[in-house]
Amino acid sequence: MSMIKVTVIDREGEAHELDAPTDMGMNMMELCKSAELPVEGTCGGMAMCASCHMYVKSDHDLPEKSDDEEDMLDEAFNVTGESRLGCQIHLADDLDGLTVQLASVG
Amino acid sequence: MIQTDILIIGAGPCGLFTVFEAGLLKLRCHLIDALPQAGGQCSEIYPKKPIYDIPAYPSILAGELVDRLMEQAEPFKPGFTLGERAETIEKDDEDQFILTTNRGTKHRAPIIAIAGGLGCFEPRKPPIENLANFEDKGVEYIIKDPEFYRDKKVVISGGGDSALDWTIFLADGVASEVTLVHRREGFRGHLDSVQKVMDLAGEGKIKLLTNAEVVGVDGGDSLERLTVNHSQQGEMTLETDHWVPLFGLSPKLGPIADWNLNISKNAVEVDTFDYSTNVPGIYAIGDINTYPGKLKLILCGFHEATLMVQSAFKRIYPDKNLVLKYTTVNGVSGF
Repeated sequence: MSMIKVTVIDREGEAHELDAPTDMGMNMMELCKSAELPVEGTCGGMAMCASCHMYVKSDHDLPEKSDDEEDMLDEAFNVTGESRLGCQIHLADDLDGLTVQLASVG
Repeated sequence: MIQTDILIIGAGPCGLFTVFEAGLLKLRCHLIDALPQAGGQCSEIYPKKPIYDIPAYPSILAGELVDRLMEQAEPFKPGFTLGERAETIEKDDEDQFILTTNRGTKHRAPIIAIAGGLGCFEPRKPPIENLANFEDKGVEYIIKDPEFYRDKKVVISGGGDSALDWTIFLADGVASEVTLVHRREGFRGHLDSVQKVMDLAGEGKIKLLTNAEVVGVDGGDSLERLTVNHSQQGEMTLETDHWVPLFGLSPKLGPIADWNLNISKNAVEVDTFDYSTNVPGIYAIGDINTYPGKLKLILCGFHEATLMVQSAFKRIYPDKNLVLKYTTVNGVSGF
């Protein structure tokens, strides 16, 4: 199994370093849920809600946002240039060292 | 007062299938849902998405699944209270529950089945500290009656169809001034609505602020002004009578959190023998419940509904024996 390290900063500012498998088709929303971090993932990962809004703090080169993701970010608050939906960040080997911060709950 | 055998809270797939399984046991059902239509998340969030794990359907659209469940439930003539939120419960002297909605509709039943999914869908509220002070004093999350805004200054936030449609409607001689604030240049609404809004802005009939976000509310007894943060121009102030933030809906557990049920991580704890809660007569099925090994799947909710109605029957008719009858042998005879 291939593993990468990912850091998630929760809403209290505490950093959680997580081991993330890259061969299980997982995304950041699911990773946070499996680590029992407070991410809702209401729609299950279809980019149809904005409950997994997070900020990418490291300078990893992520794939461009799809129109669906961009549209759903309209329902989030405090959206910045670093904003992504966690469900649209698919865990892959080149994301080793990724750092994200959970956005406040809207 | 609406009387039934099983009062189902939540008209999603699980609640709808409960009507069918209860009907086979000659139990009547009535469904309550905060949304104006049946189907729960399947109708509200992803009606056009295919689902691949419904047995015997290699693929079915969520909206179509709801249509078919409605068809399957139809012979058992379920009642519906839609667009109302189940608010309070009490017991009467005949050991029946009296459930009252937020609009005061009363329902009476010996059994309550909570099939509430993720909870009730409520408008998503911007995280502004003193926002609650101005709710219904200039800040409204839903436009109920556009006449309310006649000759008023209105600011609308959001980038979807409801924000665009209301901007167009209120700009047409209703409000005295309409401003639409949106976080980026693009809108996700229908193309013709987007064009209409652009045209209105071009003609000076509305004020369009893109790349901007409302970050503060201020006023005396009622709302007087908003602070808007614009990505290039920085902070600015907008004088207004009303602000309508339209950021879609998000589910909240809602009033059932106060019904003395054992709750763990926003879900109702149940006994997997019959999906009963800690309150006798109240069951919880589908995404709203939790137990060791719980999976939030429609498939599992159907199973839970089927076992739950057996237990409900025995509670209503403790002296009657229940024999499992196969629909293949007996068919389905409705009410």
